[in-house]
Amino acid sequence: MSTLFDFLDNPNYDLLGAFWMTIKLTFFSAIGSLIWGTILVGMRVSPVPIMRAFGTAYVNIFRNTPLTVIIVFTSLGLSSTLGINLASADSTTSLEDNAFRLAILGFIAYTATFVCESLRSGINTVPVGQAEAARALGLGFLQVLTLIVLPQAFRSVIAPLTNVMIALLKNTTVASIIGVAEASLLMSDMIENESDSLLLVFLIFAVGFVILVLPLGLLLGWVAKKVEVKR
Amino acid sequence: MRLNRVLRMSAAVVAAGLALSACGGGGSDAGSGSSGAKNLVAKAKNDKKLTIGIKFDQPGLGQKQSDGSYAGFDVDVAKYIAKELGVEESGITWKEAQSAQREDLIKKGEVDFIVATYSITDKRKNDVSFAGPYFIAHQDLLVRADSTDITGPESLTGNKKLCSVKGSTPAQNVKEKYAKEVQLEERGKYTDCVTSLLNKTVDAMTTDDVILAGYAAQQPGKLKLVGKGFTDEKYGVGLKKDDTESVTAINNAIKKMQQDGAWKAALEKNVGPSGYKIPEPPAIS
Repeated sequence: MSTLFDFLDNPNYDLLGAFWMTIKLTFFSAIGSLIWGTILVGMRVSPVPIMRAFGTAYVNIFRNTPLTVIIVFTSLGLSSTLGINLASADSTTSLEDNAFRLAILGFIAYTATFVCESLRSGINTVPVGQAEAARALGLGFLQVLTLIVLPQAFRSVIAPLTNVMIALLKNTTVASIIGVAEASLLMSDMIENESDSLLLVFLIFAVGFVILVLPLGLLLGWVAKKVEVKR
Repeated sequence: MRLNRVLRMSAAVVAAGLALSACGGGGSDAGSGSSGAKNLVAKAKNDKKLTIGIKFDQPGLGQKQSDGSYAGFDVDVAKYIAKELGVEESGITWKEAQSAQREDLIKKGEVDFIVATYSITDKRKNDVSFAGPYFIAHQDLLVRADSTDITGPESLTGNKKLCSVKGSTPAQNVKEKYAKEVQLEERGKYTDCVTSLLNKTVDAMTTDDVILAGYAAQQPGKLKLVGKGFTDEKYGVGLKKDDTESVTAINNAIKKMQQDGAWKAALEKNVGPSGYKIPEPPAIS
């Protein structure tokens, strides 16, 4: 049995390093998209027409653009053509860092729309009386949103947000097309070299992702149960 | 590597599970095309038809033209072999053979043989047989025409930026040998590298010289080959494993092509415009 997996001993196959890169991509993109998604949802429910229009337009554009297109655009469009680089050109790892940051930027731009829409459905679960009571106390729009509505909305949408995060984790494989050295890039290396054990290669990476996704799903599921608003 | 052992164990468990539920795939079905002929030579003789796998997106080697025809050195080699086996051009069905799918296409019998910058490696010999080599390429560098400071792999110092295709052997060679001095940008396609090279995001791109020559020919006057090859990639014709009779027949066709000048003419036609030096034909091993 073990001879089947002998090719894993190749020192160039840094499985853990590759999956660590996947985790890093997911982590930073998750934080970023939660923040940007929350700002977007604030825009979408705000009383200011121009903000509402911007939020709606942004969500509709980015949600309906394939992620691959967005990621390739960050690299070929923003970086190569427009010269917007997120790493100093002189450093010895500028290409790596630039690709990594551009990928995160793309993931945030894309995933935030799904976070925003999940949150908006959460806002709809908060009874109108809550906001009305807050207004009656003399709170302004921002205070009503941040102190009263969003905390309740967040607690009711942990489960859909979990799905968004799991999708994000798996979406990070798209980053390999702009050269971020994460799991699926290592997989392309292996596919090129190990033509006689392709199924095993796929299997190793499938198992790797299961190992990452299962605990995430279980943990967030538990959190969702804990913080659910009992009405 | 303790953790790799853990990964192995879990993979083994899943593998067992897959085998039990019979969705492991990869079954070795010995289907041999549509005619039921026992090998490629017999099939070509009887049906006057062949399905050949080539690249569709490699200028100078195998590229689908805008009018639907195919052109390139690999295509010419494939046509020549087919003709030697008694199949006219009209009897050839071209099929795209992307790098990762090549062994699979041969094993499943979806193509009769493959001529698609297919390097002969020991790993691949476990799955397919090779005729040839019909060409020996060397990993080389392509730079902008006005570039003077890159003269070969040893000049890749001072934080140069290099582009190649993710997963490809040349990219992995760079990672292994030159990782300290250069930065490698890995892209999805070679054309992306050409874009990066032209707009100066990277200083050079690397892969087999003959592939680079195809791109240089596409961009006349803008790009040039460095011409310091530093590996040997033997391009072979891939076909079903253990079909020795057909390997011999294809080898004979390649020899004939090399001797009657068609081999050289095909190279000159397809990659000559880039200034690529046509090498001596390789000896069939």
